[in-house]
Amino acid sequence: MMEIMEGSHAVANAVRMCRPQVIAAYPITPQTHIVEALAEMVADCRLDAEYITVESEFSALSACLGASAAGSRVYSATTSQGLALMFEVCFNTAGLRLPVVMSIVNRALGAPLSIWNDQQDSIALRDSGWLQFYAEDNQEATDLHYVAYRVAEDRRVLLPAFVCFDGYILSHTYEPVEMLTEEQVDRYLPKYRPVHRLDSADPISIGLFASPDYYTEFRYQIDQAVKGSMQVIREAGRQFGEMFGRDYASPVEEYRMDDADCAIVAMGSICGTAKDAIDEMRKEGRKAGLLRIRTFRPFPAEEVRKALSGVSSVAVLDKNISLGSKGAVALEVRDALYGSGVPVLDYIIALGGRDVAKKDIKSVVDMAAAGKGDLFYGLREEVLR
Amino acid sequence: MALGLGCSSRPGTSRANRTGSWRTFRPVFLHDKCTKCGLCVSVCPEGCVVADSEGIPEPDYDYCKGCGLCAEECPAGAIEMQKEEK
Repeated sequence: MMEIMEGSHAVANAVRMCRPQVIAAYPITPQTHIVEALAEMVADCRLDAEYITVESEFSALSACLGASAAGSRVYSATTSQGLALMFEVCFNTAGLRLPVVMSIVNRALGAPLSIWNDQQDSIALRDSGWLQFYAEDNQEATDLHYVAYRVAEDRRVLLPAFVCFDGYILSHTYEPVEMLTEEQVDRYLPKYRPVHRLDSADPISIGLFASPDYYTEFRYQIDQAVKGSMQVIREAGRQFGEMFGRDYASPVEEYRMDDADCAIVAMGSICGTAKDAIDEMRKEGRKAGLLRIRTFRPFPAEEVRKALSGVSSVAVLDKNISLGSKGAVALEVRDALYGSGVPVLDYIIALGGRDVAKKDIKSVVDMAAAGKGDLFYGLREEVLR
Repeated sequence: MALGLGCSSRPGTSRANRTGSWRTFRPVFLHDKCTKCGLCVSVCPEGCVVADSEGIPEPDYDYCKGCGLCAEECPAGAIEMQKEEK
């Protein structure tokens, strides 16, 4: 049924239908509405889950890690500084192969303190072993939670997953969202059956110490699992499409790429603006297209290479910056296109909530066509003097 | 030892997991000098020096970390620490 809902509430509703058995989260702007709504559902007995109130995000994810190790389906949500505080636990959750699903309501990282949107927070955890999905709109943000649980808990994967969507731009915006019914979700998402779990009747140890003889092989296995998850993502995404009509089989979305001359590459809600800008440019006879990255981890290098091999310039919009280097998406795209000769230019854009309008997208395409890039877009020179 | 998914394992890995790979120096027991006093057996912090039925001590290299305590304490100078070649 189509409903007009706030993004956070749509996500909370989707999470409820995924039937998490344990939720541990700490409220932080702009994620608060999600966990607030879930706490209410638990209090009202609309969701049969253990809701653990904790004193920090470090504890929130630690509780999730423990609950997942005990065999439960678990959920958390955070953003920005909260995610930064989870850093250590994030790496451990992935290493222990625990399929925790967490919503990341993307927000800038301090300093300077900012509550507004960019994607620095989840990008900073790109090396942690968590799968990372980025939603363009609230429909996708909602759907990706079902897909994320399916993929994360698949025995070929067993890895945690972030479902990332832009703070405020999506989380606090009311949009029409087609909500699945509980029966539909139950058909798509089977009960979680852990391979092994902490059980005093049948004890195991998890999180063992690994000497230099073993550590490399453990890390290799995790890397193989992250890479191998791509196939499972395709299957789970395709099946979602077959059952509900919205297909997430591809880790990327191509928009007007068929005969595109300049390709924009981006993730998240900025792609909505880019699509509108591309439509206008097309009317003006300019052949621009968009390649939207939905799955950032594992990185879909093959699809990126395929989609971009024929274009004359690639403009990557990065809502993050690996300080001292470039934006994380541009680095990946360049790596994927290595040897192809296609120029990849990077534009650090929309940091800390700075708005991006259609004219900005057009201006980036102009700059890319002129070979001008690898820069912070729209720097206010007057405040730098 | 095969790796358990998610760094997991059944109880008892302290024995199954060979930890001797940390070693940089390995103790070599020179049996012609050994007086079978048994000091090396009692000072080994890993408990991995064991005397056989004739009282001749031998280290278990699967667990010996190469700390050198046995060599340091051996009154007969019958234990030499040699650089481990890997």
